[in-house]
Amino acid sequence: MKITIDQHACIGSGQCVLASPEVFDQRDADGIVVLLQDSPEPGLQEDVWEASRICPALAITLTPS
Amino acid sequence: MADALPEMPTFPMARATGCPFDPSPELGRRLEEAPVSRVRLWDGSTPWMVTRHADVRALLADPRVSVDVTQPGFPHTNAVSKARDAHMKTLMQMDAPEHTAQRRLLTSDFTIKRMEALRPRIQRIVDDLIDEMLAGPNPVDLVEAFALPVPSLVICELLGSPYTARDLFHRVSRTLVMDEPDPEQAMAASQELNAYLEELVDKKNAEPSDDVFSRLAVEQYRTGAMTRREIATVGQLLLVAGHDTTANMIALGTTALLAHPDQLSAVRDGGDPALVTNAAEELLRYLSITHTEARRVAREDLEIGGRLIRKGDGIIAVKSIANRDPSAFPDPETLDVRREARHHVAFGFGAHQCLGQPLARVELQVVYSTLYRRIPTLALAVPLEQLTFKENAVFYGVRELPVTW
Repeated sequence: MKITIDQHACIGSGQCVLASPEVFDQRDADGIVVLLQDSPEPGLQEDVWEASRICPALAITLTPS
Repeated sequence: MADALPEMPTFPMARATGCPFDPSPELGRRLEEAPVSRVRLWDGSTPWMVTRHADVRALLADPRVSVDVTQPGFPHTNAVSKARDAHMKTLMQMDAPEHTAQRRLLTSDFTIKRMEALRPRIQRIVDDLIDEMLAGPNPVDLVEAFALPVPSLVICELLGSPYTARDLFHRVSRTLVMDEPDPEQAMAASQELNAYLEELVDKKNAEPSDDVFSRLAVEQYRTGAMTRREIATVGQLLLVAGHDTTANMIALGTTALLAHPDQLSAVRDGGDPALVTNAAEELLRYLSITHTEARRVAREDLEIGGRLIRKGDGIIAVKSIANRDPSAFPDPETLDVRREARHHVAFGFGAHQCLGQPLARVELQVVYSTLYRRIPTLALAVPLEQLTFKENAVFYGVRELPVTW
């Protein structure tokens, strides 16, 4: 799985951080998403999928790698 | 279309008698039979109503829909909100790119990190209020004694306002979200709050501390980027959006749990923080208290759920019934605190999803994990059938919740 994020679309809701804190963080200055790793190990992928599903800004894209 | 009009249901639609937690049965019928269809509003206008979970998400994330309340087709809630919208423009009435820029001024105050830093202070507020309640009369109205003071005090914390302002916040917020607000009273309340908040900007500018208003005073007011009035409007938005909403989720959530004792005992006795987190999401889904739903106007022609919506048409995304859509939530009529529910749309979806949701989540998690544990014998002091509910208010809830222990 390969993750790409769209910081322009992101609205800083932090939903991805709640769903998958190992993979997503927020910038302190404006809450915008920061990717901690872009190819998560299989054990993290279910949470990453959930993060992309609940992101209100549709800012997380997952592609098979 | 004229001959179809008598068939057109009016919106909002009444709940069934004796089912205070369930959306109108008419909404359920629409979800099944006509998921995107026209409804008639108070002013005779006939916007579209969108009911399916997938369609509500798609609509609210679509840049071709607008929250611009000055557009002729915008579906207003009532005459008072229409009049207020004409003179007070907040984040909720702005489209991109104005909305994006304004919202980003505030997102740093609601990051998950900042909310976690607030959690101990919220826990303290909740514990102190429970201490006060246990030392006071029994039975008591949980709405007045607990559900309303929690968000009043948390908003004081957030804005950096002295706790003495809690009565002002409480009073103003009640006036602004009443069932049938009196326009003059609402205007007076709004002005009184603005005057207080503008003074608070000056105080924070002189003596900044670690709170939203200090940061806005230093970063925006001092630099000339925002006026005192604009910062006061932000404060008013945070209050109106964060006060009655949270209070209703506390009191109505408690009512729902008391009516479902097996669910209450799971929350109370589980001892599992993950279960309380789940329970908060499930109660948000199940109760979906934003009665006004999410309102938009089409900026271009667009297709939703196979129906063509024309440029200029009003649209109401009915989050409460989308949260009961069986294709998104199996067995949707059942309150199940163990279910995975966080894809609910109670906070909306898209760029306008609730700014304060991380704060609301922490408040609800602290309340639900503390109130029933500290008062394990908490019970209704009157039969459930005697409770009355805010049928026509902006935010749905229970008017009074007499409890005993």
